[in-house]
Amino acid sequence: MSLRDEIREAAAPYPDQQSGVMSGLRLAQNAYGGWLPREALEEVANALELTPAHVQSVASFYDMYHLAPIGEHVVEVCTNLSCALVGAQQVVDRFSEELGVGPGETSEDGKVTLRTIECAGGCGYAPVVVVDHRYREPTRPEDVAGIVADLRNGNG
Amino acid sequence: MADAQQLILAGADERDLARLDEYKAVGGYAVLERARGMSREAVIEEISNAALRGRGGAGFPMGRKLSLVQPPEVAGKPTYVVANADESEPGSFKDREILRRVPHRFIEGCLIAAHAIGSTNVFVYIRGEYLAEYEVLKQAADEVRDADLLGGVTLVIHRGAGAYICGEETALLDSLEGKRGQPRPRPPFPPIAGLYGAPTLINNVQTLANVPIILELGVEEYKKIGPEASPGTVVYSLSGNVERPGNYELPLGTTLRELIYEHGGGIPNGRQLKAIIPGGSSVPVFTPDEIDTPADFDSIQAAGSFLGSAAIIVVDDRVCMVQLALRAEKFYMHESCGKCTPCREGTRWMVQLLDKIETGRATHEDLDLLRGICNRIEGRSLCALGDFAVWPVRSYIDKYRAEFEAHIDEGGCPYGGESSIEGVMAPIDQHTHSPVAEVPA
Repeated sequence: MSLRDEIREAAAPYPDQQSGVMSGLRLAQNAYGGWLPREALEEVANALELTPAHVQSVASFYDMYHLAPIGEHVVEVCTNLSCALVGAQQVVDRFSEELGVGPGETSEDGKVTLRTIECAGGCGYAPVVVVDHRYREPTRPEDVAGIVADLRNGNG
Repeated sequence: MADAQQLILAGADERDLARLDEYKAVGGYAVLERARGMSREAVIEEISNAALRGRGGAGFPMGRKLSLVQPPEVAGKPTYVVANADESEPGSFKDREILRRVPHRFIEGCLIAAHAIGSTNVFVYIRGEYLAEYEVLKQAADEVRDADLLGGVTLVIHRGAGAYICGEETALLDSLEGKRGQPRPRPPFPPIAGLYGAPTLINNVQTLANVPIILELGVEEYKKIGPEASPGTVVYSLSGNVERPGNYELPLGTTLRELIYEHGGGIPNGRQLKAIIPGGSSVPVFTPDEIDTPADFDSIQAAGSFLGSAAIIVVDDRVCMVQLALRAEKFYMHESCGKCTPCREGTRWMVQLLDKIETGRATHEDLDLLRGICNRIEGRSLCALGDFAVWPVRSYIDKYRAEFEAHIDEGGCPYGGESSIEGVMAPIDQHTHSPVAEVPA
């Protein structure tokens, strides 16, 4: 199925196809290598008969849509209160050391983007790390080297 | 947690209740069938008599909400049930457990609610980060459809994409309509004009999961659990500096002491309790001498805070309260949708002043200014996010003022780098909020 058809199919259950913009953006982001270049936004807009401006206004509002290129893998560390209280920053620091980049940046080989995120809803299993949308709870600083090695070796 | 009286999570330790056959084996969906044989009014009356209060944060009586929704024949248009599964209050992880372990109890509640308001459309708005939970819920919804249990109802699962504000009901509705998730002015309230301008019932996951339980037990039995004004159990989310964090389903009104010390096993490493956040990060803090407060809507409110989503965050004595305030406030600044000036600008000012205090550049006038800004943000935004941005910080100042003043008098953080949350970083949004880049050639 073409991306256009997938976007339209995902919008079909709603009384107003504008409601399909979020699923459309998710589908487009997957199809475009993890982020949303201008063409992707236009494709969503055309499929749902919306303006590109509207689609971009939605894409720029939500944290899970990426408007700039992103690594092959994404590592997200929650640093909100419950995670912070049990050592989230030490986990961030270990990822920074292993990857050689700070939060918001992508490793030189383009493999891994490191992000700090707000509460992921795993507060009782903190610190929470999300690797390519899968939760790893809890993640301790000593687990970090293994996670990074797996991602670099393609076992992530 | 097996010793506690469970309703919401009942049976999930023994069986895989995410499977339809297992849920039906414990009587699942029998109540739905019975409810469909009852009049709408009779179902609403049961829920009203059970005094079920919303478990999403506000504690609004569900029966009253149900009775406010205009039926389709009066409204002259379709009506909607929207389930709020956008759990994102820091400290809260209860809905996630309900969705994973008892998705059918939740779906059954949605379908009974649809019958009660004469709706044939249920939308579940689940936060985008909950991928594993979405997969479980999707599987459960497919099973229900294949077993012909939907009874003509369309059940749509809508995935969010990362925005705290979408847990606010009117922002959620805008998001569901394919817009930026920004709150709407009220009135009109969603029961009158909600999704697509039509009458809409919107309830939290746990609230809806209570519905089949009430009909199964009957009002009288249900009301024997917990306080009279807010009966039933609640899934408390316990996190932070506590020996055994996790979800604990217990009767409403369990004291914070019992939760933290009996169920949670107390404070690890021989540390002292410093603060208790009783309802998710957005509510006013409690000091250790408030630990005997029963954790139910009315008792917590009488003590000056809110039960919220029953998310209890425990803070030990290694934590600098200014750093905690700064970290919390950066969250609200990041999550403010930008629609209302007091919240959008005020959260940034608060972050700047807290940073000044933490780094020893503030005067006592700055502290008074920060305290004053709180009062000028509160109550001045369309939704409660503006209030949420104020309540933690103002309560930290009022209850731990000496610590804030020490930062000013000593020209820096008295913890001297030894606070357990020293240097904790808030998100940097380079990949999400930068302008759209040119496509590489």
